[in-house]
Amino acid sequence: MRLELREAPPIWLAGLAPVLAVGAALLLCAGLIVWTGESVLEAYALLVKGAVGSRFALAETLTRATPLILTGLAAAVAFRAKLWNIGGEGQLYMGALAATWLGTGALDLPPLLLIPVLLIAGALAGGSVLIVPALIKNKLKVDEVVTTLLLNFIILLFVNYLLEGPLKDPMSLGWPQAAPIVDEGLLPKILEKSRLHLGLIIALLAALAIWLVMRFTVWGFEIKAVGLNARGAAFAGINVNATIIRTALISGGLAGIAGVGEVIGLKGYLTLDLSPGFGYTGIAVAMLAQLHPIGVVVSAFFLAGIYVGADSMGRAVNIPTYLADVLVASSVLCVLVSVMLVRFRIRRG
Amino acid sequence: MSAVLRLEKITKRFGSLVANDGVSLSLARGEVLALLGENGAGKTTLMNILFGHYVADEGHVEVEGKALPPGAPHAAIAAGIGMVHQHFTLADNLTVLDNVVLGTESLWRPWQGRAAARSRLTSMSSEFGLTLDPDALVGDLSVGERQRVEILKALYRDARILIMDEPTAVLTPQEAESLFDTLRKLVERGLSIIFISHKLNEILAISDRVMVLRRGKIVHEMPTESADRHILAEAMVGRAVTRPKADPMEPGRPVLSMKDISLRPSAGGVALVNVNLEVRAHEVVGIAGVSGNGQVQLAELISGLSRPDSGTLTLFGETLEQPSPAKVVGLGVGRIPEDRHAEGVIGEMSIWENMISEDLRARPISNRGLIDHGAARARTEDQIARFDVRCPGPNAETRLLSGGNMQKLILARALSREPGLVLANQPARGLDEGAIAYVHGQLLAARERGAGVLLITEDLEELLALSDRVAVIYHGRLSASLDAKTVTPRELGLMMAGHDPNEDTSGTQGSENGGAAA
Repeated sequence: MRLELREAPPIWLAGLAPVLAVGAALLLCAGLIVWTGESVLEAYALLVKGAVGSRFALAETLTRATPLILTGLAAAVAFRAKLWNIGGEGQLYMGALAATWLGTGALDLPPLLLIPVLLIAGALAGGSVLIVPALIKNKLKVDEVVTTLLLNFIILLFVNYLLEGPLKDPMSLGWPQAAPIVDEGLLPKILEKSRLHLGLIIALLAALAIWLVMRFTVWGFEIKAVGLNARGAAFAGINVNATIIRTALISGGLAGIAGVGEVIGLKGYLTLDLSPGFGYTGIAVAMLAQLHPIGVVVSAFFLAGIYVGADSMGRAVNIPTYLADVLVASSVLCVLVSVMLVRFRIRRG
Repeated sequence: MSAVLRLEKITKRFGSLVANDGVSLSLARGEVLALLGENGAGKTTLMNILFGHYVADEGHVEVEGKALPPGAPHAAIAAGIGMVHQHFTLADNLTVLDNVVLGTESLWRPWQGRAAARSRLTSMSSEFGLTLDPDALVGDLSVGERQRVEILKALYRDARILIMDEPTAVLTPQEAESLFDTLRKLVERGLSIIFISHKLNEILAISDRVMVLRRGKIVHEMPTESADRHILAEAMVGRAVTRPKADPMEPGRPVLSMKDISLRPSAGGVALVNVNLEVRAHEVVGIAGVSGNGQVQLAELISGLSRPDSGTLTLFGETLEQPSPAKVVGLGVGRIPEDRHAEGVIGEMSIWENMISEDLRARPISNRGLIDHGAARARTEDQIARFDVRCPGPNAETRLLSGGNMQKLILARALSREPGLVLANQPARGLDEGAIAYVHGQLLAARERGAGVLLITEDLEELLALSDRVAVIYHGRLSASLDAKTVTPRELGLMMAGHDPNEDTSGTQGSENGGAAA
């Protein structure tokens, strides 16, 4: 067996491949469901119902998708430049920290000013965390996979320290959580009797903005060029190091905004369980979307639906909610394989 | 005469492209068969089928009367087929002996038959005149010596049929001549050789029979005695192609001058030592040298990719303090890089994106950071037409272009802004005869228009056809320039090997006919 590069993969194939891949992932996981002794169809029906079957379910899915769109965009932009940012989780917490620092009384501004200030501060905080690994990568060629990944733990422990110490809310009855965000800094809800907040609109606008940047600007061109062939880009006169730094700022900034959104939109205060790994799941979102900004929105909704739906399914039947993780992981793997099959064709001999 | 190898009506299709169309070929014992053809004519596909890398859609391969199972490289090796690739497949950090035995020993045997292997290798190398130290590290060997290791590797596996893919591309004329001596010895001992090349002189010098492949078909087959350059060139291209010649011109003001430039060696590279060079308007200066002697470093300096450690680089009278590719391009340097795929284009981006990649931040291509797609498309369409880039359209992926069309894209990008200095690094490498004539014509047109051209090439024929002056680079040192009209390929060959042609050359391997590559 050998792989042969397709000259020009047909458009319909490129579009159909992810759908088929997700179907394959569902089939694979069906095997696990059979193993638990439950009915596959019933389990998947419950999962879909739990994800989109009611107004409440849909609102929960969209709420869950909000940070995933942003961390997915963060990963997608960085990966386009082949800047392997695995530090979305840490950047998210840095954004949340910045919002907590400025949004718990330090600034006295009306909502129309305070909310943008918090978002920008969070973006800067997230972006600057990624600047450090990017600089080390440029100057010393240190692998950013390692540095960004390890920074996550440093940042999480730092946040842990702050929540146990300087930032601990004296009114929290001993729980490690920060003081609540002032009312002027909270994002309004956009659906009554739900947790869905303005962050979703912000995330969708961010996706649109990133799509426009990648498609129509010199920056976007440079990011793509550096990612596809850094040597060729440098030869053509593109400043590769500057492009990497710029990409780091954008990517880290997006993850930072995700953290701000969770604090000022959903929770209202910073805790250590603010994110159940949104930074890492963002990588899966981006891979599933094949790094396309609009695709990120679709795949974030899809993954959010799986997580929310699996939670609800797990309450109804005797299937562990870990199935969601397996389903997400196998979807990503199947999509990666399908992408390869779109680019290459398998030949015997 | 019994055929040791027969290819019977081989047809291979890739989608709609027919790479080989009913190709039949037979090779006699002790024969050198030259396979001539342009890039994309199907030579490599045919050899890959023979070697079992591809399976033919139709037809079959026979070695000494026995059919070879398709798609099995191991069977091909066992049947006595050996291949010497153009790009060597050696491990630099192993010795000659290790490289030769690599892959022939069972992994499950706890001991190695090193002593036997060594004596076999030494007897083989003395028998065929392939002198090599079995314990030398391959990384320390010259290119010619590495090729000998490749040949020994094939012989060690009892190859009776040797396929040489563009074997002289990386050799000096003297090294090529010594390779031919080796090949003649192998043939005397009953080996058969398929010699793939597009250099006509070599084919005339070494082969017994020539087959010309064009668009997947054998279009011409004749004994070498009755062939000549013109017949072969025309058969290969399908029409008469003549490479353009340079008319004498009076050089103008200097456009590039390098004074005492030195560059410390980077990892795996050579240093540049006190390089002095001047290129004037209306002049082509050729740099000859065996690859890896500092051409890369020289080209990087002029492309703005590196900065000299000492000395001054002056472009159009302006001394470059902080070079960068963008600055060099802005000053008026048109650059044709050595490696089209790695540096010249970004293969997975479209043709229009590659066409504008040097002008990203300049009007009219972009304005306030926004790319003007209309302007980009208009320029691309204009240049596709002007430089005759054959492509499906501006949106096509660049990697799908043929070598010649990709080079035309790069020429369009570099030359359409009418640069005052053209840096052409191996501009014709891997191109077919028609495309070479086109590239040469464009370089001479730039010279005519008033540009200075710095031509770096390993092909002496190209060098002498285009250059007004030539200099030789060896171990990072650049010789004084010589008049291209009076210098001979033999002199250049000696200088490329590090000898001073004015010294007594009796101790060196000279060739009588002045170098086969010329």
